[in-house]
Amino acid sequence: MTVRPITEDDLQAFVDERLEATRRTEVEAYLACHPDVSRRVERMRALGNDLRGVFAPVAVEPVPAQLNLAHLVEARRRPRLPAWQAAAAAVLLALGGLGGWGLRGTLSPPMIGVDALAQEASANYSVYAPDHMRPVELAASESDELARWFSARLERRVGVPDLSSSGYRLMGGRLVATPHGPAGLLMYDDHHGTRLVMLMRPMAQPGDVPMREHRSGSAAGYAWAQDGLGYSLVGASDPVGLHTLANEIRRTTATNT
Amino acid sequence: MSDMIRLIEPLIPALRRYARALLHNPTDADDLVQDCLERAISRWHQRRTDGDVRTWLYAILHNLAVSQMRQRARRGSYMPVDDAPEATLAVAPSQDDGLLQRDLTAALAALPEEQRSVLLLVSVEGLSYAETAQVLAIPIGTVMSRLARARDRMIHLMDGENVAPVKRPLLRRVK
Repeated sequence: MTVRPITEDDLQAFVDERLEATRRTEVEAYLACHPDVSRRVERMRALGNDLRGVFAPVAVEPVPAQLNLAHLVEARRRPRLPAWQAAAAAVLLALGGLGGWGLRGTLSPPMIGVDALAQEASANYSVYAPDHMRPVELAASESDELARWFSARLERRVGVPDLSSSGYRLMGGRLVATPHGPAGLLMYDDHHGTRLVMLMRPMAQPGDVPMREHRSGSAAGYAWAQDGLGYSLVGASDPVGLHTLANEIRRTTATNT
Repeated sequence: MSDMIRLIEPLIPALRRYARALLHNPTDADDLVQDCLERAISRWHQRRTDGDVRTWLYAILHNLAVSQMRQRARRGSYMPVDDAPEATLAVAPSQDDGLLQRDLTAALAALPEEQRSVLLLVSVEGLSYAETAQVLAIPIGTVMSRLARARDRMIHLMDGENVAPVKRPLLRRVK
C-alpha cells in the first residue's frame, strides 16, 4: 500500500486531534522517522494545552449580571427613558411635525401623466447627455434594430423620428427604466455637439395630452402624449428652438402612425 | 423567545473566554460580549435557521471585536501588553505559572489579528476547521495556512532565537 504524502495540513490536524484513525496512524509512522518534525508537532501540542490552560478559568467564572440574557431581552422590550430624554423626544416629535407641515407644498404626491414623463426625461438627460464614454447603446446606424427593440419592450409600434431637416442628427438610443416601466431613449446632436434627448413610453391613460413646457435646472423640455404614447423632448438649448422641434416630431409621428 | 435564551445562554461562558483572549482587558471583553448578545437578540429572527447558533454568535462577536480594534488603532490608544498593569491582563498571574501566562498573552498580542483569531477559535474554542472558516468568512485553506503560521510564530516568539528553525514537509496541499 502506498501512503499519500504527509502534508502540513495533516500535521495541523494531528496537533488538533482531528485526523481519522487511518491517517493518524500514517502520520504517527511518519513522525517516528522524522524526529525534528516530531519535535515541532509536540511543541505545537504543548502550545495548545498552554493556551487552553490560560483561558480556561474565564469560562468557569460566574457570568456577570451585565450579561444576564433575560435582563437584556427585557431591557430591549421596554426601553425606559429618563424624564429629560422623554421631554427631548417630545420636542423633537413636535419639531418634526411642524417641519413636515412646512414641507407639505414641496413634497407633493408622486407625479403622474406627462409630468412624470417629463421628470423621467430630465433625469435621463442629465445622466446620458453629458456621457463621453457611451451616451447611447445602439448607434444611429442600427436605427432599425433600435425601433424593433423599443417596439418589443414598449409593446407597441415605435418609430425613430428624423430631425435632420432641423439640423439634428440621430446619435442612437437605449432602453431605460422608469417607475412606470421601460422607456425608449433617443439622443440627437447638432453640428455644435449640442445634445437632445427624447424619451418615449406608453402612458397609463390612452389618448392625447396637449404639449406642455417643463424645466428642471438648466434643462428645458416639452412633453405630450399621442394616442397613449408619451413623448418628452429635453435639451439645454433655448425653449423656442425645442418647441419648434417638439412640434415637428409630433407632426411626423402623427403621420407615421 | 425562551427558545433563544435556551440556545444562547449556555454559550456565554465560551464567548467571554474568546472575548477575553482577543481584548485582554476583562471590562472591555465583557462589554464586547454584551454588545454581541444585544445584537444577537435583535437579529435572532434574521439568522439562518439552518445555521449553527454557536458559529453565528462567534461571527457576531468576532466582527464587533475587529471593528473595535480598528477604531482603537485609528485613535491610537493601543497599549502594548508589556505596559499594561497586571490587573488588566487576561488572567492575573499566580505564583508558579505566572511567567508562562505572561509570555503567552504577550505572544498572542503580538500576532497579526487574522492569525490570532484562527488560533484561538481552533485551539481554545475547539471549533472545527469548517466552523472557523464560516465564522471568519474565509476559505478553509486560508484557515489551515493561518493556523500553521500562527503556531510557528507563537513558538518563535515564546522560545526565542535559540530554537532551531522549524522544518516543514516540503509538500504543501495544492488546491
